[in-house]
Amino acid sequence: MVRLIVTRLLLSVVLIVISSIAIFFLMSLVPGDPARTILGANATPDSIERLRQQLGLNQPLLSQYASWLGGVVRGDFGESVFSGDPVVKLILARVPVTLSLMLLSTLVIAVLGTGLGLLSAVRGGALGRFLDAISLVGLALPSYWVAILLVALFAVAIRIFPATGYIQFADNPGGWLLSLILPVAALSLGGVTIVAKQMRDSAMDVLARDYIRVLRATGVRERSIVLKHVLRNASLPSLTVLGLTVVGALTGAVFVENVFVLPGLGTMVTQATTSHDLPVVLGVGVFFTLFVIIVNLVIDLLYGVLNPKVRVR
Amino acid sequence: MSAGLVRRVLRKPLGVVSGIVVILIVAGSFAAPLIAPHNPLEQNLRIVKQGPTVAHLLGTDSLGRDVLSRLLFGGQESLSGVLVAVVSMLIIAIPLGILAGYVGGITDRIILHVVDVLLSIPGTIITLAVLAIFNNSMFVAMVSVGVLASGAFIRVFRSAALSVRQELYIGAARVSGLGQVRIMAAHVLPQIRGVLLVQVTLFSAATLGIQTGLAFLAFGPPPPAPTWGGMVAEAATLIQTDPWLLVPTGGIIAITTLALCLLGDALRDANQERFTLAGLATAKRTRVDSAPRGMTSVVTASVTTATGVTDVAAPDPDEEAAIPAAPGAVLSVRGLTVGFGPAGRETTAIQRVDFDVLPGEIVGLVGESGSGKTVTALGLLGLLGANGRITGGSILLAGEELVGMSAARLREVRGARIAMISQEPMVALDPSFRVGSQIAEAVRAHERVSRGDAQMRTAELLEAVRLDPAVASRYPHEISGGMAQRVAIAMALAGRPEVLIADEPTTALDVTVQADILDLLRSIQEQTGMAVILVSHDWGVVADLCSRAIVMYAGEVVERATVAELFAAPKHPYTAALLRSNPHGAEPGKPLPTIGGSVPPPHQWPIGCHFAARCPLASADCLPAPIAMVHLDEERASRCIHIETLEAVQS
Repeated sequence: MVRLIVTRLLLSVVLIVISSIAIFFLMSLVPGDPARTILGANATPDSIERLRQQLGLNQPLLSQYASWLGGVVRGDFGESVFSGDPVVKLILARVPVTLSLMLLSTLVIAVLGTGLGLLSAVRGGALGRFLDAISLVGLALPSYWVAILLVALFAVAIRIFPATGYIQFADNPGGWLLSLILPVAALSLGGVTIVAKQMRDSAMDVLARDYIRVLRATGVRERSIVLKHVLRNASLPSLTVLGLTVVGALTGAVFVENVFVLPGLGTMVTQATTSHDLPVVLGVGVFFTLFVIIVNLVIDLLYGVLNPKVRVR
Repeated sequence: MSAGLVRRVLRKPLGVVSGIVVILIVAGSFAAPLIAPHNPLEQNLRIVKQGPTVAHLLGTDSLGRDVLSRLLFGGQESLSGVLVAVVSMLIIAIPLGILAGYVGGITDRIILHVVDVLLSIPGTIITLAVLAIFNNSMFVAMVSVGVLASGAFIRVFRSAALSVRQELYIGAARVSGLGQVRIMAAHVLPQIRGVLLVQVTLFSAATLGIQTGLAFLAFGPPPPAPTWGGMVAEAATLIQTDPWLLVPTGGIIAITTLALCLLGDALRDANQERFTLAGLATAKRTRVDSAPRGMTSVVTASVTTATGVTDVAAPDPDEEAAIPAAPGAVLSVRGLTVGFGPAGRETTAIQRVDFDVLPGEIVGLVGESGSGKTVTALGLLGLLGANGRITGGSILLAGEELVGMSAARLREVRGARIAMISQEPMVALDPSFRVGSQIAEAVRAHERVSRGDAQMRTAELLEAVRLDPAVASRYPHEISGGMAQRVAIAMALAGRPEVLIADEPTTALDVTVQADILDLLRSIQEQTGMAVILVSHDWGVVADLCSRAIVMYAGEVVERATVAELFAAPKHPYTAALLRSNPHGAEPGKPLPTIGGSVPPPHQWPIGCHFAARCPLASADCLPAPIAMVHLDEERASRCIHIETLEAVQS
């Protein structure tokens, strides 16, 4: 178990280095001059040159990357080319928003997906066919379109939820939840249908297994069989799918944050891309990579917990 | 092969409709310059934000431009973006996937590591970065989407290639000297065509979402160029004043994505049907000539039988069915009939089964595969699955009628009064739970005891089956087959049943372990006084343990006798033939004795004697009507009209 975590952490370091190299060199090909962009069209060549010196833009690419990497190791991600603020500070200010969105969505996807899938496998009939049908819909509808639809329905037509904006949890927990309901719904719709379909398929497969029949022959209650044995065994493939949908939700989060104007990492990175703000994009890239790695690690650990054959004694 | 695939897809209405929709949208978009009613850039500020009219079928936007025309031209942009991504993905995923799966070894491992990296890189960031670098070029952005997504597809094509590698013709190709690359291109690639089509379709659906999303975020061609995503963004700003605009703009994206997904699903089903009987059944139903019957075993498949089967009237119950249960019998079965299939039109799997079981005796239920012995065993417990049901007869368990019992009461009876162990011990245990917890669960299903007491009883039960109580903390994959069967027996004993049904308990075990398990069963039976019904096809096992035997053939009981008498002088031609065909009795140098022909499956039972076609004593009388059971004496019965002939031959 410990060995698994250590291996994963080492792998994460390698991955961060590789991603950052990719992003760094790509961004460095940006046509145009960040210094010029910051100072505007009327800037004098002198002031531009001074800013370039300040930002180290005249250094060769490799040393720019080396100094960035060195900084990262010390926890220093540099400053935003645009605003001058430390990137770490900018990111940390926005992480709670994106994290709230991602965590709530993951919870919804896991609970609703598992519940619906299990229910439809056991009950079958209309619910099962309905799930089969809408699982495709969930895969098909892009999250930003669902987001807009939800805004149109629940924020404009029937004014229940706020259309845009985000309320801090510390300020007003009720408001915080309210402002996140539509975004979470938009983000998790696809994931719920995918996980539910997978859970339904796995659960139906498990229900046909011999040991379920043996449990029935032993006289164990049906409810116990479903909630204990079927759930446990059917969760394994669904767990993998859950991991994939959560990682996919990261992409969706960028769009959803833009639609709902949430002050999260998604909106920040979109703006940073448009204004060629390299340090910010790199910083967010590292955080996203970290998130993906943590999610995969958690999934692997959960897999080990659920599947005794994988555990090392 | 793909011609067959297309044909199969065409048989699915959903596949056809979605395919047509996709083709229409694609054709419409690329024919936009020809069919668009208006110039997409032409503004007309006098008719802004209109709903659908005759002149503008989908309305106009905030600058008076025709929405329909803009959607058509926008389709070009979006769909070609999707094409670029798909091609980029395939260029990387196909060669790498096939290479990894087919060549294997180090190449495989390296490629898998590359895939892991690809899957962990935040694709969104890179794509956004690419858009910034290359001046909003959607083309390059789509290439990066395709490249980054190829990781997942490398895996898919790799597994497809892996399965192809096992095929014999690949080995043949290799032996005949074809180079690796040639084999991969000429043989492996065509075989994964089905998988390829499915994945391409589904990937297109996902990519369309991403492409339009990027356009929505104002990346890609700037206004006034029409893009689907951009039009949705515009519609979002006009929600209050022109809510209609959201419908065609969002709708076209949703419809195209949905159609692609449904098409992909239909392709996937069609591809899988190559290997399933469901596919065969649908194929054969459309052909006029009769398909060969006897393809499926009714017990497992839910495929309805081929057309042309006449409804055979159920035979009259034997006189025996009227004989009341033997006094003190713990189990008394009369006229038991079980069928599978749709309610009211079941195919009978066993019929007219009568027998008694006295307390403390071990009765053997003997027959070949397909004789109906397992169905009988499952029927006694009411575990026939959703597709099967008892269609007639009665089962009295110490006077209580099990047929028609409520589900709740039946659950109480199972395990507590009648229990079962089955053939494959390794799959009889839940792999996710420790062995001890499963036994404890069986205990607590019938007695309200605390966890501690349940654990003590578990230890007792493990000792009763001659296992070390420490085994309780192990998982099923950590114990051997013999140990697993003992655990299964312990679970069955947990409820202290009066009757134990052992369905081929030793068939799946090593010969050395068989003797132990049988010995265990015998000693448990002696200790607890349980009755045991031992289902088996092995005469040796029956001779070893059973005092009486019930012989079944093709869904019916054909003979009942004590084991001693059965071996000494069988009274049914089938039993006689079966005993003779035991390899132990074979003479060296002569062919092994067998019974010619095969057991008729349930939907092919003749009206008369089921065994007549293979019986050396068969005559014309055996065919026209069902044969009744002949009650010979207290313990003996045989379903044959030529018993005297048989006795004469034997003496």
